[in-house]
Amino acid sequence: MSAELLAGRSLTRQYAGRPRPALDQVDVTIDSGVSLGIVGESGAGKSTLLRLLLGVDRPSSGSVRFGGQPLGKVPRREFRSQVQVVFQDPRSSLNPRMSVGAIVAEPLRSLKIGKDRAERADRVAEVLTAVGLHPDDGKRYPHEFSGGQRQRIAIARALAPSPRLLLADEPVSALDVSVRLQIVDLLRELVDTLGLTLVLVSHDLAIVSQLCQQVLVMRHGRVVESGPTATVLERPTQDYTRALLAAIPQLPADLTAPPGTADLLPSAAALPGEAALPTARTEETA
Amino acid sequence: MTTILAAEHLTVTLDDRTLVKDLDVELAARDRVGLIGESGSGKSLTALALLGLLPEGMRVSGRITVDGRDLIAAPDRDWRRVRGNTVSMVFQEPLTALDPLMPIGRQIAGPLRLHRGLNRTDAQAQAVHWCERVGLPDPERLVRALPHEISGGQRQRVALAMALACRPRVLIADEPTTALDVTVQAQILSLFDELIEETSVALLFISHDLPVVAGLAQRLIVMRDGRVEESGATGDVLRRPQSAYARQLVTSAAQVTRLTVGTVER
Repeated sequence: MSAELLAGRSLTRQYAGRPRPALDQVDVTIDSGVSLGIVGESGAGKSTLLRLLLGVDRPSSGSVRFGGQPLGKVPRREFRSQVQVVFQDPRSSLNPRMSVGAIVAEPLRSLKIGKDRAERADRVAEVLTAVGLHPDDGKRYPHEFSGGQRQRIAIARALAPSPRLLLADEPVSALDVSVRLQIVDLLRELVDTLGLTLVLVSHDLAIVSQLCQQVLVMRHGRVVESGPTATVLERPTQDYTRALLAAIPQLPADLTAPPGTADLLPSAAALPGEAALPTARTEETA
Repeated sequence: MTTILAAEHLTVTLDDRTLVKDLDVELAARDRVGLIGESGSGKSLTALALLGLLPEGMRVSGRITVDGRDLIAAPDRDWRRVRGNTVSMVFQEPLTALDPLMPIGRQIAGPLRLHRGLNRTDAQAQAVHWCERVGLPDPERLVRALPHEISGGQRQRVALAMALACRPRVLIADEPTTALDVTVQAQILSLFDELIEETSVALLFISHDLPVVAGLAQRLIVMRDGRVEESGATGDVLRRPQSAYARQLVTSAAQVTRLTVGTVER
């Protein structure tokens, strides 16, 4: 059994002047050690939910609990040191005028972690190494790094205070595919080695399937379907989940088969020009 | 099939830097060519070069022919006759492609009046027809709407209607579905399928997203750092990539899109 880390009950968020709430009676539970994927398209309420869970916005009704206590009762510094966040675009989330070392040390300074500068510098070097950068990279500035490396910096900053929970809002959507793969691997490795619990907000079910044990499918501010990722993906009960799955562009099946088995499979999937079927793609992904 | 648009040894330089090098592409009716590469690979510059829209200061060499006529050094006046008429385009972000202050119908009608010399009434009727054709709801009412009043997917449909209204023979689409939600992307992609069948337009589809391009294109051109790493039939590039880079791209894309939980097999 795992303990409840962060949870929302009947969360509703109504923005002024909008006909319907951005979030409508949403329940969510994040258990320690069980990574959760929050999936949905634009306007689903994913980011609103994330903001409420982070305590940067308040629900119109409903409540957020951290470690069993109402969020308002949890000391802010304790909450911040245990719950950290990584955003989609590392270009806008890193201050261009600060060195990478100063960026990564910032949560340590503001949360008063580490007894002096030297101790914080050690921690910075440690987390930079953990995300696959070099400790010396701390002396450089964000613009000297590629998009993927910048996302590593943002992850290092989030890891600095040794959080238990890492919330990531579309952390790989802005990255090229090869880089995306590296960041997914990094997140998986960090979850495994540091015992982190990951909450991944994404429109991409494939990424969620690779990183999360539980999934929450949202649409129009409500939870459409939730449960273990394997169950939801294998036996979706809702039409919307099925539509979402069917819409993921896929390479022909023989190319996405597990490594080593590709050669054994016939190249069954029709490609344009081979079968000249305009419906080839929809059939492949159905 | 006769070639409509072709580029040979297309090269784009800025000062002493080569941004696109030696690109060859040929498009005849109903051809679907995918141009794939990661950010900075030169794919969007290739699109702009093929439309005669390169930013000031960039130099282009090689040959770009439209119906056999070389336009590489042609004045903008000649390009204007081709652009939006024989060769049309759709870009990633439909909001920036649309005038925020002009009703949608008039934006679709604009090129029809310019290139086809239609009068206002006929052009407006065509606009309604194309809105309907690209699957927009309630086209009679929608042509009077402003771009901000409709959704992102609907705006991309409007951009497609604008691009196709003059019956171009080549459509250049640069990341046309990248900004869209995945279910909307699927709808727009099948709309591309239908429209190619129906209008015989040739498509140059530019994207960083291999599964998307592979589902649509018969031939692929793989670009990296301005150079063509590989080109060939989609099936060959996917199953028997010759270059290390194409191989890596296919492997990465296969891994990234794989649903890996338990026994999920799709």
